[in-house]
Amino acid sequence: MLETKEIHFYYGAFHALKNISMTMDDHTVTAFIGPSGCGKSTFLRLFNRMNDLIPDTHLTGQCLIEGQDIYQKTVDVTTLRKKVGMVFQKPNPFPKSIFENVAYGLRVDGIKDKNFIRQRVEESLKGAALWEEVKDQLKKPAFELSGGQQQRLCIARALAIEPSVILMDEPASALDPISTSKIEDLIHSLKEKYTIVIVTHNMQQAARVSNKTGFFMLGELIEFNDTKKIFLSPEKEATQNYITGRFG
Amino acid sequence: MKHTEKELLALKEEVSQMWKLVLSQLEKAKQAFLNDDFELAREVVSREKRVNSFELKIDSDCENYIALYNPVAIDLRLALSLFKICSTLERIADFAEGIARHVIEENCEPFSAEMKTQLRIETMFDTAIEMFSDSYEALDSENTKLAGKILSKDEIVDEIYIHSIKILAEAIRKQMITAECGLHILLVMRKIERIGDHCSNIVEEIVFYIDAKVLKHHKNKVDI
Repeated sequence: MLETKEIHFYYGAFHALKNISMTMDDHTVTAFIGPSGCGKSTFLRLFNRMNDLIPDTHLTGQCLIEGQDIYQKTVDVTTLRKKVGMVFQKPNPFPKSIFENVAYGLRVDGIKDKNFIRQRVEESLKGAALWEEVKDQLKKPAFELSGGQQQRLCIARALAIEPSVILMDEPASALDPISTSKIEDLIHSLKEKYTIVIVTHNMQQAARVSNKTGFFMLGELIEFNDTKKIFLSPEKEATQNYITGRFG
Repeated sequence: MKHTEKELLALKEEVSQMWKLVLSQLEKAKQAFLNDDFELAREVVSREKRVNSFELKIDSDCENYIALYNPVAIDLRLALSLFKICSTLERIADFAEGIARHVIEENCEPFSAEMKTQLRIETMFDTAIEMFSDSYEALDSENTKLAGKILSKDEIVDEIYIHSIKILAEAIRKQMITAECGLHILLVMRKIERIGDHCSNIVEEIVFYIDAKVLKHHKNKVDI
Protein backbone atom coordinates (compact mmCIF):
# COMPACT_ATOMS: atom_id res chain seq x y z
CA MET A 1 0.00 0.00 0.00
CA LEU A 2 1.21 3.50 -0.82
CA GLU A 3 0.28 6.30 1.48
CA THR A 4 1.11 9.97 1.84
CA LYS A 5 0.41 12.10 4.88
CA GLU A 6 0.33 15.88 4.68
CA ILE A 7 2.94 16.12 1.95
CA HIS A 8 4.30 19.56 1.10
CA PHE A 9 6.99 19.89 -1.55
CA TYR A 10 8.98 22.93 -2.61
CA TYR A 11 11.20 23.76 -5.60
CA GLY A 12 13.21 26.49 -3.90
CA ALA A 13 10.55 28.92 -2.68
CA PHE A 14 7.89 27.54 -5.03
CA HIS A 15 5.28 25.54 -3.14
CA ALA A 16 4.65 22.74 -5.66
CA LEU A 17 2.60 20.29 -3.57
CA LYS A 18 0.26 21.42 -0.84
CA ASN A 19 -0.83 19.16 1.99
CA ILE A 20 -1.47 15.98 0.05
CA SER A 21 -2.73 12.92 1.88
CA MET A 22 -3.93 9.84 0.06
CA THR A 23 -3.83 6.06 0.08
CA MET A 24 -3.36 3.71 -2.88
CA ASP A 25 -4.24 0.05 -2.42
CA ASP A 26 -2.13 -2.86 -3.64
CA HIS A 27 -2.85 -4.24 -7.11
CA THR A 28 -4.77 -1.21 -8.27
CA VAL A 29 -4.12 1.38 -10.94
CA THR A 30 -4.25 4.97 -9.76
CA ALA A 31 -4.21 7.77 -12.31
CA PHE A 32 -3.29 11.40 -11.72
CA ILE A 33 -4.74 13.99 -14.03
CA GLY A 34 -4.58 17.77 -14.10
CA PRO A 35 -3.33 20.70 -16.13
CA SER A 36 0.39 21.16 -16.84
CA GLY A 37 2.33 22.31 -13.81
CA CYS A 38 -0.32 21.11 -11.35
CA GLY A 39 2.18 18.90 -9.50
CA LYS A 40 1.06 15.44 -10.60
CA SER A 41 4.47 14.36 -11.95
CA THR A 42 6.22 15.87 -8.94
CA PHE A 43 3.92 13.83 -6.71
CA LEU A 44 4.53 10.66 -8.73
CA ARG A 45 8.30 11.07 -8.47
CA LEU A 46 8.09 11.19 -4.67
CA PHE A 47 7.49 7.46 -4.58
CA ASN A 48 10.93 6.49 -5.85
CA ARG A 49 12.65 9.66 -4.66
CA MET A 50 13.44 10.87 -8.14
CA ASN A 51 12.97 14.42 -6.87
CA ASP A 52 16.11 13.91 -4.75
CA LEU A 53 18.09 14.44 -7.94
CA ILE A 54 16.75 17.99 -8.32
CA PRO A 55 18.76 20.60 -6.37
CA ASP A 56 17.15 22.96 -3.90
CA THR A 57 14.03 20.95 -3.21
CA HIS A 58 12.41 20.39 0.14
CA LEU A 59 9.80 17.97 1.42
CA THR A 60 7.68 17.78 4.56
CA GLY A 61 5.16 15.13 5.52
CA GLN A 62 5.33 11.37 5.15
CA CYS A 63 5.49 9.12 2.11
CA LEU A 64 4.95 5.49 3.10
CA ILE A 65 5.31 2.27 1.18
CA GLU A 66 4.01 -0.76 3.05
CA GLY A 67 4.04 1.34 6.18
CA GLN A 68 7.68 2.46 5.91
CA ASP A 69 8.50 6.12 5.42
CA ILE A 70 10.78 6.09 2.37
CA TYR A 71 12.29 9.47 3.26
CA GLN A 72 13.86 8.23 6.48
CA LYS A 73 17.63 8.46 6.49
CA THR A 74 18.00 4.72 6.93
CA VAL A 75 16.33 4.00 3.59
CA ASP A 76 18.67 2.95 0.80
CA VAL A 77 17.50 4.71 -2.36
CA THR A 78 18.88 2.03 -4.71
CA THR A 79 16.95 -0.65 -2.86
CA LEU A 80 13.86 1.58 -2.96
CA ARG A 81 14.13 2.04 -6.71
CA LYS A 82 14.34 -1.72 -7.20
CA LYS A 83 11.05 -1.98 -5.42
CA VAL A 84 9.51 0.98 -7.23
CA GLY A 85 10.11 0.82 -10.97
CA MET A 86 9.51 3.72 -13.28
CA VAL A 87 8.53 4.18 -16.92
CA PHE A 88 8.99 7.57 -18.49
CA GLN A 89 7.18 9.57 -21.14
CA LYS A 90 9.76 8.96 -23.84
CA PRO A 91 11.00 5.39 -24.24
CA ASN A 92 14.59 5.37 -22.98
CA PRO A 93 16.21 2.03 -23.81
CA PHE A 94 19.94 1.73 -23.23
CA PRO A 95 22.23 1.54 -26.29
CA LYS A 96 22.39 -2.22 -25.92
CA SER A 97 20.62 -5.28 -27.29
CA ILE A 98 17.03 -6.10 -26.39
CA PHE A 99 18.27 -8.89 -24.11
CA GLU A 100 20.86 -6.74 -22.36
CA ASN A 101 18.35 -3.97 -21.72
CA VAL A 102 16.16 -6.33 -19.73
CA ALA A 103 19.09 -8.08 -18.08
CA TYR A 104 20.70 -4.78 -17.09
CA GLY A 105 19.12 -4.41 -13.65
CA LEU A 106 19.92 -8.03 -12.78
CA ARG A 107 23.58 -7.64 -13.75
CA VAL A 108 23.84 -4.39 -11.75
CA ASP A 109 22.37 -6.35 -8.85
CA GLY A 110 25.33 -8.76 -9.12
CA ILE A 111 23.41 -11.71 -10.53
CA LYS A 112 25.67 -13.90 -12.70
CA ASP A 113 23.65 -17.08 -13.17
CA LYS A 114 23.08 -17.10 -16.96
CA ASN A 115 20.12 -19.47 -16.84
CA PHE A 116 18.43 -17.38 -14.21
CA ILE A 117 19.01 -14.20 -16.21
CA ARG A 118 17.73 -15.80 -19.42
CA GLN A 119 14.63 -17.04 -17.65
CA ARG A 120 13.94 -13.68 -16.02
CA VAL A 121 14.42 -11.82 -19.33
CA GLU A 122 11.90 -14.11 -20.99
CA GLU A 123 9.40 -13.75 -18.13
CA SER A 124 9.77 -9.98 -18.14
CA LEU A 125 9.34 -9.68 -21.90
CA LYS A 126 6.26 -11.90 -21.66
CA GLY A 127 4.96 -9.78 -18.80
CA ALA A 128 5.39 -6.70 -20.97
CA ALA A 129 3.57 -8.39 -23.90
CA LEU A 130 6.68 -8.09 -26.08
CA TRP A 131 8.11 -11.63 -26.08
CA GLU A 132 6.24 -12.89 -29.14
CA GLU A 133 7.48 -9.94 -31.18
CA VAL A 134 11.16 -10.11 -30.21
CA LYS A 135 11.92 -13.68 -29.11
CA ASP A 136 13.86 -14.42 -32.31
CA GLN A 137 15.85 -11.21 -32.30
CA LEU A 138 16.99 -10.70 -28.73
CA LYS A 139 20.46 -9.63 -29.86
CA LYS A 140 19.08 -6.86 -32.03
CA PRO A 141 19.81 -3.31 -30.81
CA ALA A 142 16.89 -1.95 -28.79
CA PHE A 143 16.90 1.24 -30.84
CA GLU A 144 15.73 -0.73 -33.87
CA LEU A 145 12.41 -1.43 -32.20
CA SER A 146 9.39 0.79 -32.86
CA GLY A 147 8.49 3.46 -30.29
CA GLY A 148 5.71 1.31 -28.82
CA GLN A 149 7.99 -1.72 -28.63
CA GLN A 150 10.73 0.38 -26.99
CA GLN A 151 8.25 1.53 -24.35
CA ARG A 152 7.21 -2.06 -23.64
CA LEU A 153 10.90 -2.97 -23.48
CA CYS A 154 11.33 -0.29 -20.80
CA ILE A 155 8.41 -1.82 -18.94
CA ALA A 156 10.06 -5.26 -19.25
CA ARG A 157 13.29 -3.75 -17.92
CA ALA A 158 11.37 -2.43 -14.92
CA LEU A 159 9.66 -5.81 -14.38
CA ALA A 160 12.95 -7.75 -14.46
CA ILE A 161 13.98 -6.53 -11.03
CA GLU A 162 10.62 -7.60 -9.61
CA PRO A 163 9.28 -4.32 -8.27
CA SER A 164 6.04 -4.18 -6.31
CA VAL A 165 5.14 -0.72 -7.60
CA ILE A 166 5.41 0.69 -11.12
CA LEU A 167 5.27 4.43 -11.67
CA MET A 168 4.37 5.59 -15.18
CA ASP A 169 4.85 9.18 -16.22
CA GLU A 170 2.84 9.74 -19.41
CA PRO A 171 3.86 6.31 -20.73
CA ALA A 172 1.89 6.55 -23.97
CA SER A 173 1.97 10.23 -24.84
CA ALA A 174 4.73 9.74 -27.42
CA LEU A 175 3.08 6.71 -29.01
CA ASP A 176 0.61 6.16 -31.84
CA PRO A 177 -2.95 4.95 -31.04
CA ILE A 178 -2.18 1.25 -31.68
CA SER A 179 0.89 1.26 -29.42
CA THR A 180 -1.08 3.27 -26.85
CA SER A 181 -3.80 0.64 -26.88
CA LYS A 182 -1.19 -2.11 -26.31
CA ILE A 183 0.28 -0.21 -23.35
CA GLU A 184 -3.20 0.28 -21.89
CA ASP A 185 -4.02 -3.42 -22.22
CA LEU A 186 -0.68 -4.16 -20.61
CA ILE A 187 -1.52 -1.91 -17.66
CA HIS A 188 -4.74 -3.89 -17.15
CA SER A 189 -2.84 -7.17 -17.01
CA LEU A 190 0.02 -5.82 -14.87
CA LYS A 191 -2.23 -4.67 -12.07
CA GLU A 192 -2.81 -8.30 -11.08
CA LYS A 193 0.78 -8.42 -9.83
CA TYR A 194 1.81 -4.81 -9.31
CA THR A 195 0.52 -1.57 -7.89
CA ILE A 196 0.54 0.99 -10.69
CA VAL A 197 0.50 4.75 -10.51
CA ILE A 198 0.19 6.63 -13.76
CA VAL A 199 0.33 10.29 -14.68
CA THR A 200 -1.44 11.16 -17.88
CA HIS A 201 -2.61 14.19 -19.80
CA ASN A 202 -5.05 11.99 -21.62
CA MET A 203 -8.15 11.94 -19.47
CA GLN A 204 -9.76 9.15 -21.43
CA GLN A 205 -6.68 7.06 -20.81
CA ALA A 206 -7.06 7.65 -17.08
CA ALA A 207 -10.71 6.64 -17.39
CA ARG A 208 -9.90 3.52 -19.36
CA VAL A 209 -7.07 2.11 -17.28
CA SER A 210 -7.45 3.18 -13.68
CA ASN A 211 -9.42 2.12 -10.64
CA LYS A 212 -8.93 5.42 -8.87
CA THR A 213 -8.22 8.90 -10.16
CA GLY A 214 -6.74 11.95 -8.48
CA PHE A 215 -7.31 15.39 -9.95
CA PHE A 216 -4.55 17.90 -9.20
CA MET A 217 -4.63 21.65 -9.68
CA LEU A 218 -2.11 24.29 -8.57
CA GLY A 219 -0.32 21.81 -6.34
CA GLU A 220 -3.46 20.67 -4.55
CA LEU A 221 -5.23 17.36 -4.75
CA ILE A 222 -8.70 18.63 -5.57
CA GLU A 223 -10.46 15.28 -5.70
CA PHE A 224 -9.46 11.67 -5.29
CA ASN A 225 -12.05 8.98 -5.82
CA ASP A 226 -13.07 5.89 -7.77
CA THR A 227 -12.50 6.55 -11.46
CA LYS A 228 -16.16 5.79 -12.23
CA LYS A 229 -17.21 8.42 -9.71
CA ILE A 230 -14.75 11.02 -11.02
CA PHE A 231 -15.85 10.61 -14.64
CA LEU A 232 -19.56 10.23 -14.02
CA SER A 233 -20.40 12.40 -11.04
CA PRO A 234 -17.39 14.25 -9.61
CA GLU A 235 -17.97 15.97 -6.29
CA LYS A 236 -15.97 19.12 -7.00
CA GLU A 237 -16.93 21.69 -9.59
CA ALA A 238 -13.27 22.19 -10.55
CA THR A 239 -12.98 18.48 -11.42
CA GLN A 240 -16.13 18.65 -13.51
CA ASN A 241 -14.89 21.73 -15.34
CA TYR A 242 -11.57 20.07 -16.10
CA ILE A 243 -12.84 16.72 -17.33
CA THR A 244 -15.55 18.31 -19.46
CA GLY A 245 -13.02 20.68 -21.05
CA ARG A 246 -14.62 23.81 -19.54
CA PHE A 247 -11.57 24.51 -17.42
CA GLY A 248 -9.93 27.89 -18.01
CA MET B 1 -9.26 -9.41 -26.69
CA LYS B 2 -8.93 -5.73 -25.85
CA HIS B 3 -10.04 -4.59 -22.42
CA THR B 4 -12.70 -2.30 -23.91
CA GLU B 5 -14.10 -5.23 -25.91
CA LYS B 6 -14.31 -7.30 -22.74
CA GLU B 7 -16.27 -4.53 -21.03
CA LEU B 8 -18.70 -4.31 -23.94
CA LEU B 9 -19.09 -8.07 -24.07
CA ALA B 10 -19.86 -8.14 -20.34
CA LEU B 11 -22.52 -5.49 -20.91
CA LYS B 12 -24.05 -7.52 -23.74
CA GLU B 13 -24.04 -10.60 -21.52
CA GLU B 14 -25.90 -8.74 -18.77
CA VAL B 15 -28.57 -7.66 -21.26
CA SER B 16 -28.78 -11.25 -22.47
CA GLN B 17 -29.39 -12.46 -18.90
CA MET B 18 -32.11 -9.85 -18.44
CA TRP B 19 -33.66 -10.92 -21.75
CA LYS B 20 -33.89 -14.53 -20.57
CA LEU B 21 -35.53 -13.45 -17.33
CA VAL B 22 -38.10 -11.30 -19.15
CA LEU B 23 -38.81 -14.12 -21.62
CA SER B 24 -39.52 -16.44 -18.72
CA GLN B 25 -41.80 -13.77 -17.19
CA LEU B 26 -43.74 -13.50 -20.45
CA GLU B 27 -44.16 -17.25 -20.81
CA LYS B 28 -45.32 -17.61 -17.22
CA ALA B 29 -47.72 -14.67 -17.54
CA LYS B 30 -49.21 -16.34 -20.63
CA GLN B 31 -49.65 -19.68 -18.85
CA ALA B 32 -51.04 -17.97 -15.76
CA PHE B 33 -53.63 -16.11 -17.84
CA LEU B 34 -54.67 -18.97 -20.09
CA ASN B 35 -54.95 -21.47 -17.22
CA ASP B 36 -56.13 -19.09 -14.47
CA ASP B 37 -53.09 -20.12 -12.48
CA PHE B 38 -52.90 -17.87 -9.40
CA GLU B 39 -49.66 -19.36 -8.09
CA LEU B 40 -47.84 -18.77 -11.35
CA ALA B 41 -49.24 -15.24 -11.53
CA ARG B 42 -47.92 -14.52 -8.04
CA GLU B 43 -44.52 -15.84 -9.07
CA VAL B 44 -44.45 -13.42 -12.01
CA VAL B 45 -45.33 -10.51 -9.74
CA SER B 46 -42.69 -11.41 -7.18
CA ARG B 47 -39.96 -11.83 -9.81
CA GLU B 48 -40.57 -8.37 -11.24
CA LYS B 49 -38.16 -6.95 -8.65
CA ARG B 50 -35.34 -8.95 -10.21
CA VAL B 51 -36.06 -7.38 -13.58
CA ASN B 52 -35.96 -3.93 -12.00
CA SER B 53 -32.60 -4.70 -10.39
CA PHE B 54 -31.23 -5.78 -13.76
CA GLU B 55 -32.39 -2.50 -15.28
CA LEU B 56 -30.67 -0.41 -12.62
CA LYS B 57 -27.43 -2.41 -12.92
CA ILE B 58 -27.33 -2.25 -16.72
CA ASP B 59 -28.21 1.46 -16.74
CA SER B 60 -25.32 2.12 -14.41
CA ASP B 61 -22.94 -0.10 -16.39
CA CYS B 62 -23.89 1.60 -19.68
CA GLU B 63 -23.30 5.01 -18.12
CA ASN B 64 -19.93 3.90 -16.81
CA TYR B 65 -18.95 2.36 -20.14
CA ILE B 66 -19.76 5.53 -22.04
CA ALA B 67 -18.10 7.78 -19.45
CA LEU B 68 -14.94 5.71 -19.09
CA TYR B 69 -14.33 4.31 -22.55
CA ASN B 70 -15.59 7.11 -24.76
CA PRO B 71 -16.84 4.65 -27.39
CA VAL B 72 -17.25 5.67 -31.02
CA ALA B 73 -18.84 4.17 -34.15
CA ILE B 74 -20.19 0.62 -33.68
CA ASP B 75 -19.18 0.51 -29.99
CA LEU B 76 -21.09 3.71 -29.29
CA ARG B 77 -24.11 2.46 -31.24
CA LEU B 78 -24.09 -0.80 -29.27
CA ALA B 79 -23.83 0.97 -25.91
CA LEU B 80 -26.68 3.34 -26.81
CA SER B 81 -28.78 0.49 -28.17
CA LEU B 82 -28.26 -1.68 -25.09
CA PHE B 83 -29.19 1.27 -22.89
CA LYS B 84 -32.49 1.69 -24.70
CA ILE B 85 -33.14 -2.04 -25.07
CA CYS B 86 -32.69 -2.48 -21.33
CA SER B 87 -35.35 0.13 -20.65
CA THR B 88 -37.68 -1.55 -23.17
CA LEU B 89 -37.12 -4.97 -21.59
CA GLU B 90 -38.17 -3.52 -18.28
CA ARG B 91 -41.36 -2.12 -19.84
CA ILE B 92 -42.14 -5.52 -21.37
CA ALA B 93 -41.64 -7.15 -17.98
CA ASP B 94 -44.04 -4.56 -16.51
CA PHE B 95 -46.67 -5.75 -19.00
CA ALA B 96 -46.04 -9.38 -18.00
CA GLU B 97 -46.52 -8.35 -14.38
CA GLY B 98 -49.65 -6.40 -15.34
CA ILE B 99 -51.12 -9.49 -17.01
CA ALA B 100 -50.31 -11.55 -13.92
CA ARG B 101 -52.03 -8.97 -11.72
CA HIS B 102 -55.16 -9.26 -13.85
CA VAL B 103 -55.15 -12.99 -13.11
CA ILE B 104 -54.80 -12.35 -9.38
CA GLU B 105 -57.22 -9.46 -9.07
CA GLU B 106 -60.03 -10.24 -11.51
CA ASN B 107 -63.06 -12.11 -10.22
CA CYS B 108 -64.35 -13.61 -13.46
CA GLU B 109 -65.34 -17.06 -14.50
CA PRO B 110 -62.77 -18.58 -16.87
CA PHE B 111 -63.93 -17.60 -20.33
CA SER B 112 -65.13 -20.29 -22.68
CA ALA B 113 -62.92 -22.25 -25.01
CA GLU B 114 -65.03 -20.93 -27.87
CA MET B 115 -64.31 -17.33 -26.95
CA LYS B 116 -60.61 -18.09 -26.51
CA THR B 117 -60.59 -19.47 -30.04
CA GLN B 118 -62.56 -16.54 -31.37
CA LEU B 119 -60.26 -14.00 -29.73
CA ARG B 120 -57.11 -15.88 -30.87
CA ILE B 121 -55.55 -14.79 -27.60
CA GLU B 122 -53.14 -17.72 -27.45
CA THR B 123 -51.94 -16.97 -30.99
CA MET B 124 -51.51 -13.35 -29.96
CA PHE B 125 -49.44 -14.34 -26.92
CA ASP B 126 -47.34 -16.78 -28.97
CA THR B 127 -46.70 -14.24 -31.73
CA ALA B 128 -45.59 -11.56 -29.28
CA ILE B 129 -43.33 -14.05 -27.48
CA GLU B 130 -41.86 -15.17 -30.83
CA MET B 131 -41.16 -11.52 -31.67
CA PHE B 132 -39.40 -11.20 -28.35
CA SER B 133 -37.31 -14.35 -28.81
CA ASP B 134 -36.50 -13.56 -32.43
CA SER B 135 -35.32 -10.08 -31.54
CA TYR B 136 -32.91 -11.66 -29.04
CA GLU B 137 -31.71 -13.98 -31.79
CA ALA B 138 -31.23 -10.96 -34.10
CA LEU B 139 -29.04 -9.20 -31.52
CA ASP B 140 -27.13 -12.30 -30.50
CA SER B 141 -26.33 -13.32 -34.08
CA GLU B 142 -26.11 -9.69 -35.25
CA ASN B 143 -28.52 -10.58 -38.02
CA THR B 144 -30.73 -7.74 -39.24
CA LYS B 145 -32.34 -10.02 -41.83
CA LEU B 146 -34.62 -11.21 -39.04
CA ALA B 147 -35.85 -7.65 -38.52
CA GLY B 148 -38.39 -7.65 -41.36
CA LYS B 149 -39.82 -10.96 -40.19
CA ILE B 150 -40.20 -9.69 -36.61
CA LEU B 151 -41.77 -6.41 -37.65
CA SER B 152 -44.31 -8.19 -39.89
CA LYS B 153 -45.43 -10.24 -36.88
CA ASP B 154 -46.36 -7.03 -35.11
CA GLU B 155 -49.02 -6.53 -37.77
CA ILE B 156 -50.55 -9.90 -36.81
CA VAL B 157 -50.61 -8.87 -33.13
CA ASP B 158 -52.22 -5.52 -33.99
CA GLU B 159 -54.82 -7.17 -36.20
CA ILE B 160 -55.81 -9.65 -33.47
CA TYR B 161 -56.15 -6.79 -30.99
CA ILE B 162 -58.37 -4.68 -33.23
CA HIS B 163 -60.52 -7.70 -34.00
CA SER B 164 -60.84 -8.54 -30.28
CA ILE B 165 -62.52 -5.19 -29.55
CA LYS B 166 -65.42 -6.12 -31.82
CA ILE B 167 -65.67 -9.65 -30.44
CA LEU B 168 -65.64 -8.51 -26.83
CA ALA B 169 -68.10 -5.67 -27.45
CA GLU B 170 -70.45 -8.20 -29.04
CA ALA B 171 -70.00 -10.66 -26.15
CA ILE B 172 -70.79 -7.95 -23.59
CA ARG B 173 -73.81 -6.81 -25.59
CA LYS B 174 -75.14 -10.36 -25.67
CA GLN B 175 -74.35 -10.72 -21.94
CA MET B 176 -72.11 -13.69 -22.61
CA ILE B 177 -69.64 -12.05 -20.19
CA THR B 178 -69.90 -9.11 -17.80
CA ALA B 179 -68.60 -5.74 -18.93
CA GLU B 180 -65.99 -5.88 -16.15
CA CYS B 181 -64.63 -9.22 -17.27
CA GLY B 182 -64.72 -8.16 -20.91
CA LEU B 183 -62.65 -5.11 -20.03
CA HIS B 184 -60.18 -7.27 -18.10
CA ILE B 185 -59.63 -9.42 -21.17
CA LEU B 186 -59.34 -6.38 -23.41
CA LEU B 187 -56.79 -4.78 -21.09
CA VAL B 188 -54.71 -7.96 -21.14
CA MET B 189 -54.86 -8.03 -24.94
CA ARG B 190 -53.91 -4.37 -25.01
CA LYS B 191 -50.82 -5.25 -22.96
CA ILE B 192 -49.87 -8.00 -25.41
CA GLU B 193 -50.32 -5.53 -28.25
CA ARG B 194 -47.96 -3.12 -26.49
CA ILE B 195 -45.43 -5.93 -25.99
CA GLY B 196 -45.44 -6.35 -29.77
CA ASP B 197 -44.83 -2.62 -30.21
CA HIS B 198 -41.93 -2.73 -27.77
CA CYS B 199 -40.40 -5.71 -29.59
CA SER B 200 -40.55 -3.58 -32.75
CA ASN B 201 -38.70 -0.83 -30.89
CA ILE B 202 -36.04 -3.35 -29.88
CA VAL B 203 -35.64 -4.36 -33.52
CA GLU B 204 -35.16 -0.72 -34.48
CA GLU B 205 -32.37 -0.45 -31.93
CA ILE B 206 -30.71 -3.62 -33.24
CA VAL B 207 -30.80 -2.29 -36.82
CA PHE B 208 -29.36 1.00 -35.57
CA TYR B 209 -26.53 -0.87 -33.85
CA ILE B 210 -25.67 -3.23 -36.70
CA ASP B 211 -26.47 -1.25 -39.85
CA ALA B 212 -26.38 2.31 -38.46
CA LYS B 213 -29.84 2.88 -39.95
CA VAL B 214 -32.57 4.79 -38.16
CA LEU B 215 -35.93 3.05 -38.66
CA LYS B 216 -37.83 5.09 -36.12
CA HIS B 217 -40.90 6.80 -37.63
CA HIS B 218 -40.28 5.17 -41.02
CA LYS B 219 -43.35 3.88 -42.83
CA ASN B 220 -42.11 0.79 -44.63
CA LYS B 221 -40.02 -0.76 -41.88
CA VAL B 222 -41.17 -4.28 -42.71
CA ASP B 223 -39.47 -4.08 -46.11
CA ILE B 224 -35.98 -3.39 -44.76
